[in-house]
Amino acid sequence: MAPTKSKGKAKAAATKGPGLGTAPDGSTTHPGEAEAGVLPHPRRRSIRNDDGIGGFSRGRLHALLREMLLYRRFEEKAEEAYAIGKIGGFCHIHIGQEGLAAGAIKPLREDDLVITAYREHTQAIAKGIAPRAVMAELYGRTDGCSGGRGGSMHLFDTSVGFMGGHGIVGGQIPLGAGLAWAIKYRGGDQICVCFMGDAAVNQGAFLESLNMSAIWQLPVVYVVENNGYGMGTSFPRVSLTKMEDRSGAYGIPAHTVDGQDVLATFEFFARLADDVRNGAGPQFVNAVTYRFRGHSMSDPVSGTYRSKAEVERQTRERDPIVILRDRLMEAGLLDQEELEAMDSNVRAICDDATDFADASPLPAPSTLYDHVYAVTNDSGRLFFDGRDRRAAAPRSRPSESGPFGA
Amino acid sequence: MTELTYREALNAAMVQEMDRDETVFLMGEEVAEYDGAYKVSRGMLERYGARRVVDAPISELGFAGLCVGAAMAGLRPICEFMTFNFSILALDQVINNAAKMLYMTNGQINVPIVFRGPGGAALQLSAQHSQACETYYVHAPGVKLVTPATPADAKGLLAAAIRDDDPVAVMEGELLYNVKGQVPDGEYVIPLGVAERKRSGEDVSIITHGKMVHVALQAADRLSREGVEADVLDLRSIRPLDVDAILATVARTNRAVYVEEGWPFVGVGAQIVSLIQEEAFDHLDSPVIRVAQADVPMPYAKNLEQLAKPSVTGIIEACKRALYLPSGAA
Repeated sequence: MAPTKSKGKAKAAATKGPGLGTAPDGSTTHPGEAEAGVLPHPRRRSIRNDDGIGGFSRGRLHALLREMLLYRRFEEKAEEAYAIGKIGGFCHIHIGQEGLAAGAIKPLREDDLVITAYREHTQAIAKGIAPRAVMAELYGRTDGCSGGRGGSMHLFDTSVGFMGGHGIVGGQIPLGAGLAWAIKYRGGDQICVCFMGDAAVNQGAFLESLNMSAIWQLPVVYVVENNGYGMGTSFPRVSLTKMEDRSGAYGIPAHTVDGQDVLATFEFFARLADDVRNGAGPQFVNAVTYRFRGHSMSDPVSGTYRSKAEVERQTRERDPIVILRDRLMEAGLLDQEELEAMDSNVRAICDDATDFADASPLPAPSTLYDHVYAVTNDSGRLFFDGRDRRAAAPRSRPSESGPFGA
Repeated sequence: MTELTYREALNAAMVQEMDRDETVFLMGEEVAEYDGAYKVSRGMLERYGARRVVDAPISELGFAGLCVGAAMAGLRPICEFMTFNFSILALDQVINNAAKMLYMTNGQINVPIVFRGPGGAALQLSAQHSQACETYYVHAPGVKLVTPATPADAKGLLAAAIRDDDPVAVMEGELLYNVKGQVPDGEYVIPLGVAERKRSGEDVSIITHGKMVHVALQAADRLSREGVEADVLDLRSIRPLDVDAILATVARTNRAVYVEEGWPFVGVGAQIVSLIQEEAFDHLDSPVIRVAQADVPMPYAKNLEQLAKPSVTGIIEACKRALYLPSGAA
């Protein structure tokens, strides 16, 4: 998505790496360093509390924290792998927005559908794709969730209802409406959650989809991951209308949620998913968040479009992992030992994911022409690059898996 | 066999397929309550109800994308464009999503969708409403394209397109909707990728598709009066392409003319010429000649429009050039 690409910058950023137990000191030159501080906790541990917070049990709270920590460590591994050339192409990192991946996707059922744009590694994991399969896809290997054909921007696994992974800004929004259309057509009680970035709301596809979803009352939730910037353009520069006012003209209720507060986000989406499942019709969610990294691995974290100070403040004050960690510790629901155990556990998963990706073979050259067409018709030529049509015609059939089967 | 108009035959194909497969539905502008802008879907709302015959807002990108999404979930949408001119608004969904989805997902998600509607010029509709869109669609691997020229082909090819597991564009001819012809009764499906020889001759091959088949046949009749017998091949399907039939007719006559409604630059004919020179070079006695729309936007004025469209006389002249015969009447 970025016009330029510079692995050098990415390398400089990623090779610093997170330091376990190193407190953010504000003197770091790279704002990404600050989230290395998700582990140490400056305050004293309070009295142990087994009850939880609000409607969240201790186990659920730990699970949410662990999920977000997994996403963070996964993305850090992806940055490292990109820096050493294991991952190519465009690579959009979700660090800073983990609260939304966990908070909006974890409340869903396995057969609910999620479709999204290209900053989607952690969303794919949240919906149920194994970190191994995601990392192998980033590596372009045969065990990747898209067989190495999609890459970072095109992660898919229909068996867990993750419908991609789309690279054209806003292009997935009508698809999300169509998935919801199919649910309604079949009389199912699933819902579709369609994510997009804030810049996508200026695409015609957005307003056309919202309008159709409203007139046909489709079971779809449109979620704007509003991190404030479409690449390097802040939202107010490209919209006089506030985000929360974007859906009203189509008769779709708008909600705003703090995506950095995973508990609030989770509670909100659990309730909203129920409502939509029970016929509330399409919904629009302005989920306020912040991207701690550059637009993609080849883009600067700050510079002409946002200040270093802004990024550092956001990273210090609005890290969804730190926010939950502090709440749990203050409530006596988590101690340093548990946190470190959790972190070792997710780091091991991410190490395993990169080992797995490294060991996975590249796709066989003989598969180049696979899956261009689901059906190779008995007559006629489909390929025009000089390849003999009979040799070029593997009879591929779509997978039998997935929420709807074949 | 029953005599049907081309329009009725398209309707018969949709009814045939919607009766046998609950996952097939029709969506487009004016397809339901209005009975279709060109009355192709007449009576279908009554027969299937508003769940399966759906009036869309004028949002080509949106409803085409919605249909692609529904196809990703295993439904079989028939996405009608009032004309293919308007589908240019939807090309992101056709090219980036429908065409590439199976590949990007490593075979997990196929897109069994039909994009259909009239394409090409009608009468004095001028630049924005008179264009052949074949090239936009078949340029991308992942899309198939058929161009029925007769009522029987309209029924058989549309039915095959609906049953195909890939995105298939069915480009109809606005000026063909009233053409009558014998159409097989009962279930009728023509496999994609099979061309049809419409006329046999030994002197020159006229290869074409869609509405131009009729113009080519008129030219062939006139040529016959001058002692030139043309072999006329209707491709019917552009992708998959019946290469064997193309090579066979070239081997028979050693001379070929391609006729198409679209513009010549990187048009369908350009692909056919490339294929012939590469795979039938030794059979050729003269260069392959293309007859296409003049390389201009379609003008409104009647006389200019006539000049811009491929014509019977234009085809005759092209055949004579291929035969090294003097131009004009013999």
